[in-house]
Amino acid sequence: MLELIWLLPTFPLLGFLALVLTGGRLPKQIAGPIGAGSIGLSFAVAALVASEFLNSGLEHFTYEAWVWMSVGGFNPGFTFYLDGLSMVMMLIITGVGFLIHLYATGYMSDDPSFARFFSYMNLFVSAMLMLVLGDNLVLLYLGWEGVGLCSYLLIGFWYTNPANGYAARKAFVVTRVGDTSMAIGLFLLFAQLGTLNIQDMLHAAEMQWSVGSGFAVAASLLLLGGAVGKSAQLPLQTWLPDAMAGPTPISALIHAATMVTAGVYLIARTHPLFEMAPSVQLLVALIGLITLLLSGFTAMTQSDIKRILAYSTVSQIGYMFLGLGVGAWSAAIFHLMTHAFFKALLFLASGTVILSLHHEQNIFKMGGLRKALPVSFFSFLIGSLALTAFPYTSGYFSKDEILLGALELEGVGFWFWLGGVVGAFFTGIYTFRLFFIVFFGDSQAEHPPEKEVGGWHMNGPLILLMILALAGGFIHVPLDAVFNHGEAHGEHHVSGLIHGIMIAVPLLGIAISYLFFMSKTFSVEKLMASALAKKLHAFWFGGWGFDTLYNAVLVSPFLFLARVNRKDIIDSFYALIVSVSQAANALIVKSQTGSLRWYALTVAGGLVVMVSLGAIL
Amino acid sequence: METIPVEHGFILAGILFCLGLIGVLTRRNVVFVLMSLEIMLNASGLAFIVAAARWGHAEGQVMFLMILTLAAAEVAVGLGLIIQMFRRFQTVDINVLSEMKG
Amino acid sequence: MILVTLIAVLFVGGLACWLSERFNPDLPRLIALLTVLLDFALMFSLLGAEGTSTWVAVFEAPWISRFGISFYLAADGLSVLLLMLTAFLGVVAIGAAWDEVQERPGFFYFNLLWTLAGVVGVFTALDLFLFFFFWEVMLIPMYLIIAIWGHENKNYAAMKFFIFTQVTGMMMLVSILVLAYFHYLQLGSLSFNYHDLLNVSLTGEMGMWVMLGFFISFSTKLPSMPFHSWLPDAHSQAPTAGSVILAGVLLKTGAYGLIRFAVPLFPEASMAFAPVAMTLAAVSILYCAKVAFAQDDIKRLIAYTSVSHMGFVTLGIYAWNEQALQGAVMTMLAHGLSAAALFMLAGGLQHRIHTRNMPDMGGFWPKVPKMTAVAIFFSVAALGMPGLGNFIGEFLALIGAFQANVTLTVVAAFGLILASVYSLWVLQKVFQGEYNNRGFDDSHLTDLSRREMLYFAAMMIGLVWMGLYPQTFLSMSEPVLAQLLSESAQTLVTSLEGGL
Repeated sequence: MLELIWLLPTFPLLGFLALVLTGGRLPKQIAGPIGAGSIGLSFAVAALVASEFLNSGLEHFTYEAWVWMSVGGFNPGFTFYLDGLSMVMMLIITGVGFLIHLYATGYMSDDPSFARFFSYMNLFVSAMLMLVLGDNLVLLYLGWEGVGLCSYLLIGFWYTNPANGYAARKAFVVTRVGDTSMAIGLFLLFAQLGTLNIQDMLHAAEMQWSVGSGFAVAASLLLLGGAVGKSAQLPLQTWLPDAMAGPTPISALIHAATMVTAGVYLIARTHPLFEMAPSVQLLVALIGLITLLLSGFTAMTQSDIKRILAYSTVSQIGYMFLGLGVGAWSAAIFHLMTHAFFKALLFLASGTVILSLHHEQNIFKMGGLRKALPVSFFSFLIGSLALTAFPYTSGYFSKDEILLGALELEGVGFWFWLGGVVGAFFTGIYTFRLFFIVFFGDSQAEHPPEKEVGGWHMNGPLILLMILALAGGFIHVPLDAVFNHGEAHGEHHVSGLIHGIMIAVPLLGIAISYLFFMSKTFSVEKLMASALAKKLHAFWFGGWGFDTLYNAVLVSPFLFLARVNRKDIIDSFYALIVSVSQAANALIVKSQTGSLRWYALTVAGGLVVMVSLGAIL
Repeated sequence: METIPVEHGFILAGILFCLGLIGVLTRRNVVFVLMSLEIMLNASGLAFIVAAARWGHAEGQVMFLMILTLAAAEVAVGLGLIIQMFRRFQTVDINVLSEMKG
Repeated sequence: MILVTLIAVLFVGGLACWLSERFNPDLPRLIALLTVLLDFALMFSLLGAEGTSTWVAVFEAPWISRFGISFYLAADGLSVLLLMLTAFLGVVAIGAAWDEVQERPGFFYFNLLWTLAGVVGVFTALDLFLFFFFWEVMLIPMYLIIAIWGHENKNYAAMKFFIFTQVTGMMMLVSILVLAYFHYLQLGSLSFNYHDLLNVSLTGEMGMWVMLGFFISFSTKLPSMPFHSWLPDAHSQAPTAGSVILAGVLLKTGAYGLIRFAVPLFPEASMAFAPVAMTLAAVSILYCAKVAFAQDDIKRLIAYTSVSHMGFVTLGIYAWNEQALQGAVMTMLAHGLSAAALFMLAGGLQHRIHTRNMPDMGGFWPKVPKMTAVAIFFSVAALGMPGLGNFIGEFLALIGAFQANVTLTVVAAFGLILASVYSLWVLQKVFQGEYNNRGFDDSHLTDLSRREMLYFAAMMIGLVWMGLYPQTFLSMSEPVLAQLLSESAQTLVTSLEGGL
């Protein structure tokens, strides 16, 4: 039964082929079932395989489809590797993916390029499954690049608007920077350890390298480069907010639930490598912490509903990185899962809101939608509670585990914990700022919604995700075998005070948000009155000036160089040879008068010269 | 038998050659240029004959015969060209006929 | 004998095309297609053949015995791979020319087939004199193709192409002659035979100079910095079929020459030169990618990307280990297909709207959805998407090169980023955005025809095959490369011992 694992990426791939080879002309009645159905089948197989795997008691299972290439000791295969970690990932991808696909059949139903949309989506799921199931880093890299491509295609899905194309290219190129770092990491690992099979590589690394050795640091740094690119962490986080140009289900699937967490998966997958490079691991935590704080600030200033959610995604992945960095591997993956639930829920619900308001995304042009859009309202309520880690929602359990993990770290652990708690405070503010502005107060909409867009295939996934977002924290993630080498993880023992703080701080955030945006006890206008506040606001709104910085430091010089050297300076060297010989030619041409007498005279003169020379010598 | 000194023969050939050369360089009419060229050829022919007689070798006379044939062929082709030139340009002045400048 | 047949068929077919023109102007293309297909079919007989050594087919006849020159052809796995690429792209090129070439078709197909014949000769000749002969044979018909059927600035481009290749070809000729002379000095007889010349040991400064003669000639053809500047002109002016052959096949003869001759004949000099060659390669990758991005002319852009991609080939060859060499070979094959397809797309666009200027284009997607899909596929292949052939080549080349030189590999890897920048930029400029028509006649802007789709589909299948199951190709070249590696290693060891 476990052998069926090869069907997982195959179904979406077949769906993709079916949709593409028909030239995107299939009618919605057929394209929809193919697009969503292939993922549904995949999920069914995934569930089957997962239950079989759990019952079998195996630690891991490998299935080799074929050897990809075999070149002098370098022989990666199309080999799938199943263990607790990849099992969790594949269930999230197919499960949440299926719900989002189902939702998208409704969301995209008016789009003329319906079949094209689903073809990209299917290709994405297939690539993502390759990424998490690959037993070697090359296959992982295939999935890694594949999801990047689909992300590019889907962000630029509405291609007539050049801004979308720009966002798509930005996403691809920025992540490619990370990918290239990762590729170099792969080269290094192969050159030093002679294999790219993940398990073999990790064993070899443990055998050959000592903790903190230069190679371990370099390799894990390079892999980290790939991870921060894909997961939109500092310093490569700038692409994600722009990526919201894509259709909303894309934002839910790719830019919240699955692809952007690939970096977390990569680090978790190669965690022994990071454990051998403690300085890099600390850097992971630091990157996570700074990212979650910076993007928390930014999220508070945004006005576009999807950009708020995007920054919140960056921030939540920051938590996962923090978890990875402090060695709370299971907690990071657990948070990855719960985040997939509640962030997919929030994005899909925002999709319903946007569609109901005729593609309005500015939260200040919404307001009072509580009555008109009940399903979205409840979705947002539950999603927001989970996001702010309200007690006993799914986000509460996972975020708690990360923060407690941070606290266990000697030395700097407390500061990481503190940073995480402050971040949770911001989370409370920006999440409920969005919630209160959109659903309460007076309606500011230019086109008030007549009725909520919906139907079973849009509302069904929302309801299921609501349940998961609420109760997802009770799911036991079978990761002990992966991260603790079989030993059960001990419970955290911390004082009630710490627990109290962790519960209270997000609530405090919500309360402040309530006072500002709901009861209007405090006024935002007053806060914004001073010039400094305006400047700060603009600075945060622009995402801490990273885009400006990169434009000035990287993009503009490149464009300048490209423009200056359009004609290829090397070619002008050859042009120089040409003009020199042409000039010489022009000189010699003067002697060719065409007069016969002149020629005869030179011949005679030459003769005289030569004869007399001969006579003299 | 009194023989003409070989130097005399060579001097005569040299004078003839220079006369021909001067003709080539100074005449404007192509026909006269061609004639001067003939004189130069004959001058060199004379030099061959003198040399042949002096050293008693047959090659010099062979060369003279060859020069003779060459000159005949050259005159035939040259005159033909001149006629064509005259037909096309209505002149045989080589100062005017300088189409082949670079 | 089969090898002679392969070449003869093309020569005879070419003549037949020329002669048949007077009977019916549609006849030449048909004859050309059948000829190349026949050649392609004949090549399959090389696949099954197994010799005692790596050579699967050998033909040797005395030619000018006095100077030790023989008519010596032989093919091994590497040659066979490249021969098949040649025939395949030959078919594709004829397809590209099918409607485009209306003027003097007989002479056109004559030139096309003779170029192919020259290429087949280059890939099989093992006598260096014969090799040089075929090297020239493929040059002149290509010159005529550009000069007669090219676009607005064809004479300049054709002349540039000719002079670059001819001058550097002369350098190679000098090197070949010096090599043969040294064979005379060391072993007592003149010989141009590859196997004999392998025994010549040319070391020190002399070896370096003679090797450079080969290197410059091959790297001009490849092309690599700083000898690349003929390529953008030649490509932008050549008719589509010319570009296909040029990018797909002719450039590969340079890489083939490096693998087969430049390095094995002078292992010591090459090892000493390797850092320079790899630096040139890395600079080539980045520099040409950057220049490509700045181009407005879509064909010039693709031409510069070709130079950039060929940098990976040089990098792989001079890293001289198994992964790197396999990477170089895979890049040659995959780039042959992807560049040919991109040039066909650009040529198709030019045929339809009579411009190559990208700022005039934009938003063609809804008008030509199939063409867009094909363009996305090949752009993505060119930027090195895993699962397609180019990735295998570039990844292997880089992973091999990393073991030879870390710094240069890291520099070269940045080419992956730039590749994505320019590839996606082309897609944006031509296909995405609002429909943009700045003063060209778009009445002929139609989607790909069935015939065009057929060609593109064949190339797509090829690239996917290379990307997902490259073992088919790798195992053909593997014994050849292994032998080259071990031979050069032996020579190096012997020369080291001799030095001690």
